[in-house]
Amino acid sequence: MSFFKAENLAINFGGVKAVDGVNFEIKKGECFTIIGPNGAGKTTIFNLISRIYDSTEGTMTFDGQDITKVPPHAIASLGIARTFQNIELFEHASVLQNLLVGRHCHSRTNLFSELAFTPSMRKAEIAHREKVEEVIDFLDLQHYRESLITNLPYGVRKVVELGRALCTEPKLILLDEPSSGLNVEETQDMSFWIDDIKKDLGITVLMVEHDMGLVSEVSDQVLVLNYGRMLAFGSPQDVQNDPEVIKAYLGE
Amino acid sequence: MRFLFKTDYNQDIRIAKHSGYYWSYGLLLLIVVAAPYFLEGYYIGQMTQLFIIAMAGVGLMLLAGYTGLVSLGHAAFFGIGAYTEAVLTSNGVPLPFMEEPVIFPFVISMPLAAIFAALAGVVIGIPVLRLTGIYLAIATFAFALIIEEILSRWESVTNGYTGLLVESLYIGDTELTDGAPFYFLCLGLLVLVILMSINLLRSPTGRAMMAIRDSEVSAQSMGVNLARVKTTAFALSAGITGLAGALFAHKLGFLSPESFTVFQSLELLVLVVVGGIGSLHGAIFGAMFVLALPQGLAILKDYLPTAIAETPGMEPFIFGFILVLVIIFEPYGIYGRWLKIKHYFQMFPVYKKATFKRQKAYMKSERLK
Ligand SMILES: Nc1ncnc2c1ncn2[C@@H]1O[C@H](COP(=O)(O)OP(=O)(O)O)[C@@H](O)[C@H]1O
Ligand SMILES: [Mg+2]
Repeated sequence: MSFFKAENLAINFGGVKAVDGVNFEIKKGECFTIIGPNGAGKTTIFNLISRIYDSTEGTMTFDGQDITKVPPHAIASLGIARTFQNIELFEHASVLQNLLVGRHCHSRTNLFSELAFTPSMRKAEIAHREKVEEVIDFLDLQHYRESLITNLPYGVRKVVELGRALCTEPKLILLDEPSSGLNVEETQDMSFWIDDIKKDLGITVLMVEHDMGLVSEVSDQVLVLNYGRMLAFGSPQDVQNDPEVIKAYLGE
Repeated sequence: MRFLFKTDYNQDIRIAKHSGYYWSYGLLLLIVVAAPYFLEGYYIGQMTQLFIIAMAGVGLMLLAGYTGLVSLGHAAFFGIGAYTEAVLTSNGVPLPFMEEPVIFPFVISMPLAAIFAALAGVVIGIPVLRLTGIYLAIATFAFALIIEEILSRWESVTNGYTGLLVESLYIGDTELTDGAPFYFLCLGLLVLVILMSINLLRSPTGRAMMAIRDSEVSAQSMGVNLARVKTTAFALSAGITGLAGALFAHKLGFLSPESFTVFQSLELLVLVVVGGIGSLHGAIFGAMFVLALPQGLAILKDYLPTAIAETPGMEPFIFGFILVLVIIFEPYGIYGRWLKIKHYFQMFPVYKKATFKRQKAYMKSERLK
């Protein structure tokens, strides 16, 4: 049985068919990449999975559960976390606070014990902090714990966003263009991390990425999207040599 | 310059981050506790008023400063709290099986005033869940107008424009609602409210509020239930402001709808913005500001040409003008300025202006929803 499955997924914005009957299956533990020209509908697929948009058609199943109609705030506790193409961090909070928000789906909030900050509340907070510290160590963010996001350079923000997603302890992580805006070394780091996320943490990765070097390094399967439709599917080598794909990228 | 060596996660959770906190806040507490024994009655009254306004400010700060939901109608919750308190402690409430209307003791009436205001917060919070920014401001503004109207028309309870007398409260023979006792009551409740707010802000719900303020989509993707957290923020904010209103009722001694108008709502918003948006310190600084400004203006009037000094609407104008100046030149308000001054002295003589230069904000080309 597949880990994640999208069947006949479609969404219209007015007249625009941003995603148009897409089918794909992700196996547990693999890195699945979606590529395609700008405006192909890649980010829209992410937004459909995180339930920010309602699909016009089709179904999605994750880990044996139909998630087509699940409310968006329930997605994280099911085990799906994501990053955003244009970085959506909590700008006026510290790195630590951002990462702690990543723990939100694991906290049982009870307003009264929060207002009183009961001992059990403190214990839970420390347990969350320990999880957050694991992620900080994993991503080498030690220097930035107390920094406000507004004061961080772009490259670090990308890493913090990845960290925030990891703090939810996801089973499936969605990375929207993890290397965009990064320099060569940062991209290399990102590639190692994605590999570690997959191999060491055992998290399934679904990624949108333009950097074909990174894609070939870490992906197991690649889906090519164009105008909301599937153009090709296969291993990174296969799709790179596919004449249809080359045509879509270079234009007719 | 102080370097902190952290050896325990508790250090980041603790309210007092280092021993300096005990000294500075301890000293502050000592001063405010000792103050009534040195100050004249008038100044005790002013300080009491400061505590009340600061409490209302903390309420709005949680909503506007921490959740990013701007309310232009907080005078409504202030008013609901005040009228509830007045009705419960002065008019009394006719209850079944009771011959006389029941007068409530303040330990019951004040929590009830807060709860009523909080319920009103939920009532307005739920329908405006989808609104943000200016639309939310307009909706809350409209709500405040409705409440103002109800206060003036529901004469059987509020006595309309004739006004409502608020009885003084007594414990034994001492009057609780005047002088030093009232000072301590307001101070105690303010400290309690601030402590609860600090607790909230270091808990999941408080962080979820800040997350909503900065990015709703990603808050949601992290598992934050927007509707629930926003409604909670509205209820808490309204409840705290309502409690402040209950105290204010006794401070005034006489309620009329004119005490809870749009200008009061505006004043609270000015408090939050000028004090320093997104900080509890800001609420206190802001309260000092809105309390001191009219008095400063009154003094200034003596030195201005009559034509200017007597112009109607001078006060709201100055309020608005300062609001605009603060937003342009010091977006983090008085508290932001205070941090800079503190930093300057800590770093002396090597202060770098660039420390507080904000990085160029990254363009957000893709906005969801
Ligand atoms: N909220 C929206 N409203 C209208 N059109 C949208 C919306 N989101 C995406 N689109 C459109 O859907 C198409 C796919 O966009 P997107 O998924 O962002 O592409 P990309 O593959 O570059 O990530 C584009 O034509 C875009 O304009
Ligand atoms: Mg995109």
